[in-house]
Amino acid sequence: MNFPILSSLILLPIVGSLFLFFTKDKDGNNLTAKYVALFTTILNFLISIYLWLLFDPTTSAFQFVEERIWIKDFINYKVGVDGISILFILLTTFITPLCIISVNNTVKNRLRDFLIAILIMESFMIGVFCALDLIVFYLFFEAGLIPMFLIIGIWGGPKRVYSAFKFFLYTLLGSVLMLVAIISIYWISGTTDVIKLYELGIDAKYQNLLWLAFFSSFAVKTPMWPVHTWLPDAHVEAPTAGSVLLAAILLKMAGYGFIRFSLGLFPIASDFFTPLIYTLSVIAIIFTSFIALMQEDMKKLIAYSSVAHMGFVTLGIFTLQQQGIEGSIIQMLSHGLVSAALFLCVGVVYDRMHSRLIKSYGGIVTIIPKYSILFMLFTLAALGLPGTSGFIGEFLILMGAFKDNFLVAVIASFGVILGAAYMLWLYKRVVFGKLINEDLKQMVDLNRSEYLILSCLAVPTLFFGFYPEPLFNTIEVSVSDLINIHNLNIASK
Amino acid sequence: MDNLNLILPEIFISLSVMFLLILGVFKKNSSQLTFNLSLFTILIVIIITINETYSINRVILFNESVVIDPMASLMKIITLTGGFLVLVISSSYLKAFKIFKIEYPILILSSILGMMIMISSNDLMVFYMGLELQSLALYVLASFNRDQLKSSEAGLKYFVLSALSSGLLLYGCSLIYGFSGSTNFDVIANQLNSNEYALTFGIVFILVGLAFKISAVPFHMWAPDVYEGSPTSVTLFFTMLPKIAALTVFIRFLYVPFLNLIDQWQMIIIFLSIASMIFGAIAAIGQTNIKRLIAYSSIGHIGYTLAGIATGSNDGIQSSIIYISIYVVMNLALFSCLLMLKRNEQYYEDINDLSGLSKNHPLLSLCLLIILFSLAGIPPLAGFFAKFYVFKAVIEQSMYFLAIVGLLSTVIAAFYYLRIIKIIYFDKEKERYDTDHGVWLKFSLTFSTILILLYFIFPGQLIEVVSRINII
Repeated sequence: MNFPILSSLILLPIVGSLFLFFTKDKDGNNLTAKYVALFTTILNFLISIYLWLLFDPTTSAFQFVEERIWIKDFINYKVGVDGISILFILLTTFITPLCIISVNNTVKNRLRDFLIAILIMESFMIGVFCALDLIVFYLFFEAGLIPMFLIIGIWGGPKRVYSAFKFFLYTLLGSVLMLVAIISIYWISGTTDVIKLYELGIDAKYQNLLWLAFFSSFAVKTPMWPVHTWLPDAHVEAPTAGSVLLAAILLKMAGYGFIRFSLGLFPIASDFFTPLIYTLSVIAIIFTSFIALMQEDMKKLIAYSSVAHMGFVTLGIFTLQQQGIEGSIIQMLSHGLVSAALFLCVGVVYDRMHSRLIKSYGGIVTIIPKYSILFMLFTLAALGLPGTSGFIGEFLILMGAFKDNFLVAVIASFGVILGAAYMLWLYKRVVFGKLINEDLKQMVDLNRSEYLILSCLAVPTLFFGFYPEPLFNTIEVSVSDLINIHNLNIASK
Repeated sequence: MDNLNLILPEIFISLSVMFLLILGVFKKNSSQLTFNLSLFTILIVIIITINETYSINRVILFNESVVIDPMASLMKIITLTGGFLVLVISSSYLKAFKIFKIEYPILILSSILGMMIMISSNDLMVFYMGLELQSLALYVLASFNRDQLKSSEAGLKYFVLSALSSGLLLYGCSLIYGFSGSTNFDVIANQLNSNEYALTFGIVFILVGLAFKISAVPFHMWAPDVYEGSPTSVTLFFTMLPKIAALTVFIRFLYVPFLNLIDQWQMIIIFLSIASMIFGAIAAIGQTNIKRLIAYSSIGHIGYTLAGIATGSNDGIQSSIIYISIYVVMNLALFSCLLMLKRNEQYYEDINDLSGLSKNHPLLSLCLLIILFSLAGIPPLAGFFAKFYVFKAVIEQSMYFLAIVGLLSTVIAAFYYLRIIKIIYFDKEKERYDTDHGVWLKFSLTFSTILILLYFIFPGQLIEVVSRINII
């Protein structure tokens, strides 16, 4: 066995957080802690880049697989990556250091504890994306609740307790059914090893119920309409770094879960339930877009736009077309970058004015021009302007949808227009217009760290918008293989 | 009489109890000495138990009325270790209330003796004897702080209700004796005639009595009051050890003589289990006294252990035993925290006294955080694995309803654990508590918290130990 690169990716943040544990926290201004955390996460990012370079995109088999006996004759600790999961790991390791840089301006007290929570969170999230055993996956998936609960609850806004509880209980409620399903799979198939389950397949008569149990968990986490209500609350109350993690990575766990488990393990049920997903996705796209139009709170608006974007993702996944699934993956990555950036943008003005209400801004373009330009870039990326990564994802998803179901695709296309409407209207109201609020004149433009973070996010957004080839190269074979297996299963039914 | 060495632990404890009693009477101011000697006794008994009985597969002694098997020895070791830790961490608490007397360790020893007899019993008479010895000591312990009204009330309440349940239990024993002609578990199993409805009545009466002892719903009414009123160190004892012993008897009583009547008793256990899980979760939400809250939470946890027993399979029994073992560790950790909430010789047990604890006592709060998340069953902590094994066994028998109800009730239960975490971490801080705790208290807290936190690294160890238990 080679060097256990995936396990070290998972463990490194935890080791870093142990170091942090022994640093002293003085009045929340703890530079050592920050540097340690930053160093750990950047190192992790470099390792994951190295992983991507080593990764062989010509095969759909899992790579860098590590297997250790964990509970004898029952669970093995098994991790590995394929073309689908590796990009999510990269996204995680890319976003986390940015979060840590951003705490400069947002987190005032107990900085050390905050960094520990973020590092532990990173470990769990990487674990989710490379787990190849259902129980190991469940462990990481659920364990992430603990740090996120604390991040929202300790460092959040005024209604933080309510939001933290809602987040925790909603997600837990969705997940327990998945646990029942996982244990049932163990008794039906005799293993929880994902690779073996791919080969064995699961008896068609159980698939529908098991699919529903997994769906209950992923639907809450995605979040899909009508169980999305925890998301706006959690986003609004969480500190900026928390919102970023939540939007950029946590939501992607569910999309990833749909591809890896719902499609991979239950092909027949996935086919059967496609109309359900289509309906919910289309409702999410149209309905939450309208809700987003009406929001007065910037963070809430972006939260609802996330729900709409994730509606596109679920739609794309269940088109069961090459373009649709590829589009969904790209859309998730792009949404990870863009929504993170948008939340950071809101954070920037919130730190200065302590208001998230749209009406308290207006006409700031002349006062903080640099900010306005970057904010515009991300607004355009969010509405899917060609040349940004958002376009590639949405376009491919709609293409896949047109192939599969014309009506759904037409309705979903309206969502693109609505998306443009609420994003541009938001931008217009915040940045342009007359300068009414005199206090806004005191605002200073982006400081160095904010500038760094936002440009770090802008580069890949534009780069992959113009040249998405590296992403396609990585995912293509894995996705086409997934679809082939799926079609075989349907044909043999 | 060749196998006398197998019950050497019991003999040694009873001799020590008698010796310590005499010592206490004749020597003035000997409470510290008795205390230390009792600890020493328990340590020796642990060693003897491991040495003499741990590797035994199954031996039946004394006219088949006592059984030594892996389950008995494992449960005895857990009981003794638990008893040892309860005793060492309670000394400072007792001293603060000026009830540090010779009777305390002696009563604990004798109730442990009763439990060990219960655990090894293979006969209704022996089982009843052990049960009564244990209970008698517990009545006194509950009212040990006799100057306090609540403590005396707890003792009296426990005595009255416990006597009632013992009566029911005895009536059940007599029914079973009447219709099978024996009190011995193995003999009953051989002469079982499943057409006798009276036997079912007997089982029901005994189950009611036992459910009383482990405080399963609907026989739980005494638990919150007794837990609240008793001295905290005694409450700790209550939540752990009698449950282990009663649960062992539960398993042995249902699986040795009455396995063939599983259709008759399975529904009862499932009902007890579901009722306890749901009631424990919902009733705990409104509590403000931590000890009362723990009482309801322990009712819920008993529900999960009963779910394992309800399966009727070896896996189920093993999972219940794993559950109760992990539960004991979590409980020990939780009570160690509770015993640390001391300021100016006064102990605090209201949930709001924890407010903002994380500002002044970050380490203690971190431990509480881990313990509470573990009790709520969130991975990767030990509490999750405990539930996981139980539900694995339950789903193996295709009892999906039980599994889903159980898991949904964990979500409800998560709410009140989260509420405590909220109070500790999100609320405003209060005055600092003392930090000069005894070494043993710190040790038991650190040790058990680390066990809970790092259990996931070696989960196989416990399974291996428990997998030797083979009742069916």
